[in-house]
Amino acid sequence: MTADSPQTIQYCTFYLDDALYGIPIVGLQEIVRFREMMTVPLAPKEVAGLLNLRGQIVMAIDLRARMGLKPRSTDDRPINLIVRSSTDTISLLVDRIGDMVEVDSTMFDPTPPTVPAGIRDLVSGTYKLPNQLLVVINPDTACNLTVAEAS
Amino acid sequence: MEELDEIVGEFLVESYENLDKLDQDLLTLEAEGYPREMVAGIFRTVHTIKGTCGFLGYDKLEKVTHVGENLLSKLRDGALTPTSDITNALLALNDAMRSTLNHIEADGTEGEADYTQLVERLTQLAAGESAAATPAATTEEPVHEPPLLGEILIEQGKVEPQDVAEALAEQVAQQDEAQQEATKTTSAISESTVRVDVSLLDSLMQEVGELVLARNQLLQLSANNEDQTWKATVQRLNLITSELQQRVMRTRMQPIGNVWNKYPRIVRDLAAQCEKQVRLEMEGKETELDKTLIEAIRDPLTHIIRNAVDHGIESPEKRAEAGKPLEGVLRLRSFHEGGQVIVEITDDGAGVNVERVKEKAVEKSIITAATAKSLSDHDASMLIFEPGFSTAAALTNISGRGVGMDVVKTAIEAIGGAIELSSEFGTGTTLKLKIPLTLAIIPALLIGVGGKRFAIPQVNLVELVKTNNDSALIEWVAGAPVFRLREKLIPLMFLDSELGLREARTDSLGETFTLVVLNANEKTFGLLVEEVLDTEEIVVKPLSRQLAHLDQFAGATIMGDGEISLILDVVGLAKRASVITQEQRHELLGQEHDTAAAEHSEMMLVATVGSGRQVAFALENVARIDAISTDTVEKSGTDDVIQQRGSILPLVHVRSVIDGATDLGNEHVSVVVYRHDDYEFGLVVKDIVDIVDVVVKNQAKASKSLVIRGKVTDVIEPVKLISGITQGSANRDNELAKSGA
Repeated sequence: MTADSPQTIQYCTFYLDDALYGIPIVGLQEIVRFREMMTVPLAPKEVAGLLNLRGQIVMAIDLRARMGLKPRSTDDRPINLIVRSSTDTISLLVDRIGDMVEVDSTMFDPTPPTVPAGIRDLVSGTYKLPNQLLVVINPDTACNLTVAEAS
Repeated sequence: MEELDEIVGEFLVESYENLDKLDQDLLTLEAEGYPREMVAGIFRTVHTIKGTCGFLGYDKLEKVTHVGENLLSKLRDGALTPTSDITNALLALNDAMRSTLNHIEADGTEGEADYTQLVERLTQLAAGESAAATPAATTEEPVHEPPLLGEILIEQGKVEPQDVAEALAEQVAQQDEAQQEATKTTSAISESTVRVDVSLLDSLMQEVGELVLARNQLLQLSANNEDQTWKATVQRLNLITSELQQRVMRTRMQPIGNVWNKYPRIVRDLAAQCEKQVRLEMEGKETELDKTLIEAIRDPLTHIIRNAVDHGIESPEKRAEAGKPLEGVLRLRSFHEGGQVIVEITDDGAGVNVERVKEKAVEKSIITAATAKSLSDHDASMLIFEPGFSTAAALTNISGRGVGMDVVKTAIEAIGGAIELSSEFGTGTTLKLKIPLTLAIIPALLIGVGGKRFAIPQVNLVELVKTNNDSALIEWVAGAPVFRLREKLIPLMFLDSELGLREARTDSLGETFTLVVLNANEKTFGLLVEEVLDTEEIVVKPLSRQLAHLDQFAGATIMGDGEISLILDVVGLAKRASVITQEQRHELLGQEHDTAAAEHSEMMLVATVGSGRQVAFALENVARIDAISTDTVEKSGTDDVIQQRGSILPLVHVRSVIDGATDLGNEHVSVVVYRHDDYEFGLVVKDIVDIVDVVVKNQAKASKSLVIRGKVTDVIEPVKLISGITQGSANRDNELAKSGA
């Protein structure tokens, strides 16, 4: 590969319903299967609860609620994506985990303006994969709940 | 280069330590009449700094310290008589050194400050001139150095110059020896101590916290294990962990004196600025508390001290007028009490003028005029902690300088502490800070509600009361649950509804609770929980910032079984408890007096209703009395109203509580306009009889009667007659209380 070849970035992909999303793999700490967590009374609806991750208390954010999607059925067990945001470690609850994909920066497109304002800050952009779009989630803004509350 | 940085760093740390001590010493110096050893000590400090400065190439600092050193050496040798001018100059030197060091620490340079004036002043002083004397007058005359002893002796032919030189050499050698001796003792001290980075201690503490959690978990596991060896091992681990925890905690403990050290200086400077005489007394300097807490109380405490000098203690003239000693006393006292550190700041100044505080609070609409009247002095003086209160410039005896007492309070509460004020107008003020020993690991009570577990810091716990399914113990006042705890009535909260785990209830029939009596901010209130589980040492972990706005929670912790529990923030809950309006509170307080058969004297308006029955009610909230003719009475809905001053005044028939009828059969009636929370209504009576001062002494709660002017008189509480009318205004009050909190 020559030096000026397009850069590739690795993403960890996951699904909410059948839509494909991804977060940069550098921000990902680990993936933990669902476990019971301590729900926080009076907390914003996006906060799914607190998780004991080997002695560290990690707040879980339900990405469905954060994205304004309808709640998942109680039988579905979401997956914890533990990510390090700039300020702390949080868990993002997603429906299913997809593959690790390596994408080409030429396939990137900025967030379409039609994305609702409340979640636009959440989406850093999209990659046009051959058979599907990969929506990139910014873990830093995912835990930014004030925006979601305001909208 | 790195090595040099390290040297500079060490130089800074050492110099800061020395400067802290210097500040102290300089003030003691003045107080104790310049003992020679102390001057020598100061000289050495300055000398050391000067030496290192020269070595590291900080010219400016070297120059200042050099002249300072000259001055000190003369003082030490007794060539100069100490004056307060000299002390001032030395303090200024100290400041200059400190600010330069700050600069060096920040960006490696000595900063822009110009110290030529200070250098000049120090030089003059060293030359034996007072700062006040005009330099021109004295510089013409060359300063005569006093002749040295040796020179005198040689002059008089008593000794040979050589002998003098020898004697001097010997003397120097002796001095050197003494100096070496001194260094030896100090180095012995430094060998037994090690400088450790605070962040290391922090992580150590954190890890011990984790260890405590793991230990808790293990203890829980071993409860179900029959193996004796296993049990013994766990027990040993338990002991070691506890001990380790205590030791590690001790490494972070510092005497509160570390913060206090700079107060003598602040007080001295501030007193001079305000032209006041203030003596600072300190007691309990050695009381230890966690370093982070020391840091946290530094600013609030300084603010309090400044306030006390600036606004608390009066000018000497005023003090003389009041017959107090001219010199005001500011006392700092700290001690351990019940697992907390208490810091008391007492001044013998003017005290808080409660009436003016109330006025101001009403003016700033922090409270209503009605509540102001019924506030106790203690409650009223606590008003100065309300946000938006203290910026009031007019309130000279308490107000701050932009930063209010509410900031102080918030800062203290942020570390789980509490602040209390007691003041007597004219004689002084005492502020009492209650500070937890440490933040990291706290004993907590675990309670269960709605299938969840919560932890309550035991610091706030007063007692537990089991209500034994006797729901009658919970009484309701205007929709708010209360409990009679011995002689006091305390507001109650249902924790489950408070946390939104179930809707608010209006009764508690058939339910069993345990009442957890809590205290925060001098407010006692009860929390009704389903079950009390256990006590446990917990490690407080902060909630993520997305949850920080929930003032019901102080943090979270991991329990022995690995599950997470939220820690209740008692101060936050207390604030929510105070949403029970002031009005309700006073209603409660009123009842409290009744049930306690308390006696108090009250101004009462006496009136007749119906066929000559006499009633009386408190004059306090009566706005005015009008005589009206009954044909002006109109209807609004089902209520009788009259038009008055362009607005509608609802009427309440006092007679209706006596025999269910009204007085409207008469041609004329009197209307007593009664104010309640800025809301006016008219009490209809037949005639006004008198205003009397009566001693209210009551046993029965429902109907009260007194004998006034020879007649049995029913005592009426107008507020109770108007519950429907005032609903709106009570709600408003509620809003006010909320927004004020």
